[in-house]
Amino acid sequence: MAAGAEPVRPLSLAVSGLAFTYPDGTQALHGIDLSIAAGERVALLGPNGAGKTTLVLHLNGILTPGHGSVAVGGLPVTKANLHEIRRRVGIVFQDPDDQLFMPTVRADVAFGPANFGVRGDALDERVHAALDAVGMAEHADRSPLHLSGGQRRRVALATVLACDPEILVLDEPSSNLDPVARRELAEVLLGLDRTILMVTHDLPYALQLCPRSIVIDDGVVVADGPTRELLADPDLLRRHRLELPYGFTLRGT
Amino acid sequence: MGAGHAHPLYLPRTSAVHGLPAEVKVVAAFLGVVCVVATPREAFAVFGGYLLLLALIWSIARIPPGWLSRRALIETPFVVLAVLLPITGPDPRIDWLGLSVSEPGLLGAWNILVKGTLGVLTSLTLAATTPLPELLLGLQRLRAPALVTTIATLMLRYVDVIVAEARRMRLARIARGHDPRFLWQVGATARGVGSLFIRSYERGERVHLAMLSRGWTGELPQLAERVTTRRDWLRGLAPVAVAAALACTGWVIA
Repeated sequence: MAAGAEPVRPLSLAVSGLAFTYPDGTQALHGIDLSIAAGERVALLGPNGAGKTTLVLHLNGILTPGHGSVAVGGLPVTKANLHEIRRRVGIVFQDPDDQLFMPTVRADVAFGPANFGVRGDALDERVHAALDAVGMAEHADRSPLHLSGGQRRRVALATVLACDPEILVLDEPSSNLDPVARRELAEVLLGLDRTILMVTHDLPYALQLCPRSIVIDDGVVVADGPTRELLADPDLLRRHRLELPYGFTLRGT
Repeated sequence: MGAGHAHPLYLPRTSAVHGLPAEVKVVAAFLGVVCVVATPREAFAVFGGYLLLLALIWSIARIPPGWLSRRALIETPFVVLAVLLPITGPDPRIDWLGLSVSEPGLLGAWNILVKGTLGVLTSLTLAATTPLPELLLGLQRLRAPALVTTIATLMLRYVDVIVAEARRMRLARIARGHDPRFLWQVGATARGVGSLFIRSYERGERVHLAMLSRGWTGELPQLAERVTTRRDWLRGLAPVAVAAALACTGWVIA
């Protein structure tokens, strides 16, 4: 979209002073500041109820901030830009059954790009490329219902990849996956070469995939730094109800 | 196409009837039923003609009549109603097989029975030759309201998810000693249905969020680009022309 005049690419994601109160009066976010450069892979960590999901729903304008602003690839999230913003922010939801709502895998992957105006051969190409990227091309004509959990998760990823997003947002990508499916998904994600924001409770997964982590608790950012350093700080983890699996400890570099 | 997406009324075959675009078949089935309904009930022979016409379509589509007749049992409740009519109908009464039955009631029963059966058989033929996703695509091409086709498409996708959820909830109840055969335990089943409703509602909200996130604007995009030709329409509407001729004949001879 943007002309090649700029010397540096704009930040993939810039959030500043974001605050949000739900209609029932619960304040979920108290001023979040964070920025993610193009190509970064960042884990968003925090206990249940910290505001992670609320933050994610602001990134593509499903929730409208009370204060502060969000910009994706330099484009502010406003009502007028909503369509383009939703193309730029690809959210993979936690339960693939929520994400895969069309009768066949192919139709589901085509849903996003078709909404964004891609048609005909270009659409077929997009669908094929996205399914290929997640290793599901041979299942294009099956019903999502007949796929395994890991396959469904990868198709859900493909539905978003087909929109060619600026930033991929993954909500608990490793939940309900067996170890092999979990590893296969990690391989797919590492091979994508895209900006990724991954919301997770799975700390080893965050360490494996994301060089940088952001911890939020009670609606504010409480830590932002290299994942290994954050996970090697037992006090920080304890304060924010984060915990490495039994038997694991990490030493900072 | 549509591997593994079977429904019990669909019979996968490759035939000229299966190959027709869904919207042609929907229109043909609808018009066919209109012809049947418009035929006067006294034109008994004409209804035989309709049945022959259907039989011809079944042989082209290679649908065994036995397979169809088993599914046609869905009509039974209406037949029961029709059987009551000759007994309870108004005068004049005639003697038939040693029974005194009402003549208008008898004709009314025949009317319900024959038109209902032909209608059910026509619908079953449509269902047997058209997979559900294509049926929805056909309705979409016929400019059915976008909301209706969207709801139907999502229902098609989620009915299995909800059934699976209901099965898991039932298993969880049985695993804790629930035995729904006893009448006084029906309360737990009812609460299960209630929570299934809540769960489905919440899932609906999450699905809606996921759709919005991928730029949904209120209408499912048309993906298959197959163009319906004039030839498809001509072939699909040929049986309708025969049915219309039968209906006219019915008016002449009645």
